[in-house]
Amino acid sequence: MSEAPKDLKYTKSHEWVRSEADGSVTVGITDHAQELLGDLVFVEAPEAGSTIEAGTACATVESVKAASDIYAPISGEVTAVNEDLADSPEKVNESPFEDGWLFKVEPSDAGQLDALMDADAYAAHVEAES
Amino acid sequence: MPFIPHTEEDIRAMLDSIGAESVEDLFDEIPADLRAPPLTGIPEGESEMGITRLMQERAAKDGMPSNFIGAGAYEHHIPAAVWQIATRGEFYSAYTPYQAEASQGTLQLIYEYQTMISRLTGMEVSNASLYDGASALAEAVLMAVRVNRRSKAKRVLLPGALHPDYRKVVKTLIGNQGIELVELPFDETTGQTPVEVLAPYADDDVTAMVISQPNFFGILEDVDALTGWAEERGIPVIAVVNPVSLALLKPPGEWGANGVDIVVGEGQPLGAPLSSGGPYYGFMTTLKKHIRQMPGRIVGRAEDADGKPGFVLTLQAREQHIRRSKATSNICTNQGLVVTASTIHMSLLGDEGLTRVAEACYANTHALVEKLAAKGIKPRFTGEYFHEVALDFGGDAATRVQTMADAGVLAGLELSRDYPQLDGCVLACATETKTESDLEQYVTTWEQAA
Repeated sequence: MSEAPKDLKYTKSHEWVRSEADGSVTVGITDHAQELLGDLVFVEAPEAGSTIEAGTACATVESVKAASDIYAPISGEVTAVNEDLADSPEKVNESPFEDGWLFKVEPSDAGQLDALMDADAYAAHVEAES
Repeated sequence: MPFIPHTEEDIRAMLDSIGAESVEDLFDEIPADLRAPPLTGIPEGESEMGITRLMQERAAKDGMPSNFIGAGAYEHHIPAAVWQIATRGEFYSAYTPYQAEASQGTLQLIYEYQTMISRLTGMEVSNASLYDGASALAEAVLMAVRVNRRSKAKRVLLPGALHPDYRKVVKTLIGNQGIELVELPFDETTGQTPVEVLAPYADDDVTAMVISQPNFFGILEDVDALTGWAEERGIPVIAVVNPVSLALLKPPGEWGANGVDIVVGEGQPLGAPLSSGGPYYGFMTTLKKHIRQMPGRIVGRAEDADGKPGFVLTLQAREQHIRRSKATSNICTNQGLVVTASTIHMSLLGDEGLTRVAEACYANTHALVEKLAAKGIKPRFTGEYFHEVALDFGGDAATRVQTMADAGVLAGLELSRDYPQLDGCVLACATETKTESDLEQYVTTWEQAA
């Protein structure tokens, strides 16, 4: 069973969300997702300053065997993207919840966080999917 | 794998299995008015002897005219060795090889092609080719829109002096994709697209800009000024070029301060015969940073488990068999055989040979213009040109062109078809295939046609 930290929120499409102290959120893909994808070779993050909408595709991760869309877990403005991934996409595989974060968002409606799953619900979701 | 067509019994069994009455039923959903009518002039079926005779009769009707029509497809000498080698059994397929372990020779050839075309255009990477020059431009427009995500307008500037057929193909392929095409006027004196025509868009959100070099009229654009204007505004530039001209002209990778973003063009002048319009191939090169947005197949050099070099299809996650509806294009195969011939053609000519071809094209067209000037026929535009020129034949152009054709000289393409304001102008091109006496014949038939 792959790892899923308790302090994060999760989507059914395998993104994780961390609420930061300044009200922004950090987004990445889960350990389970990176395991399914295999070795990542490219990450196409949204542009900093762009607006994303919850549930719509906003980024792409490409592995040696597939390219998959990343869906915005929450609506808002993208305030930062993980520039390190341009040269080292493997960080997503090595450290999906820390160094491999994808982008940060200033939520337009923080209430949307409540609709996301906690770690236990996500673990059950992964279990049900497999 | 044997290529044996289905028998009547096979077809009946398949139809019965899916509950269809006839093969025709399978096309039910296509309205009758969208279907092609029966082709007239094409017989039902003929023996090899019968079809050979028919084709000989029809070819004889065309005669062997001296051809001065270019307009996007150019007559060049193709060394006999090109198609002799290209039609060897090892190469003779139109398809990109899917199975790397059984296709090293073909993959290496495409890799060499990519290297040659990248160098010719001055860019970093090339794909394995596209269908033709016009559809390659449409793909490049779609690619530029993907590359320039910052632009929300999806507005692309196309020069009016770009080949009219290219403009039509671009409109057809991207017409329903929410992309706005803005046509830039050309200077009716010089035939160029001056940088001043861009002024109205100086502060607009422009997604990409197309530059054609030479343009449809054969005129050389001020590519550095045009590219520079786009660079100042962070607008990606797509160059449409004639590959032969690049032996003499500055490659698009060096236009402006930093070069263009995407280069496309028609590959036909590099080894494919005119042949009633095809098959030709389109080439596309770009910068490494844009490679994931590039359509088409790409061959890469890799190493196997033992560290030995080998060739593979690479970056396939962009393509439709993996990305499905989000693929960077739905072009899954390419013009493999024409590219094979083209690669052999470029290898046989080499840098020096291609330069000599380009120089001869330039010299012949300029010599023709000089001869005609002595008879009072002047180029319509004042701009510098490569190997093609709009000649002002005057009011009786149509009659003169027809009379010259009857006398065995195809004088050029009448521009009034696409540019009503250029009535009486004929676009002519004299490549390296033309001799001094061919040029004299042009002038003589022109005089006799008066």
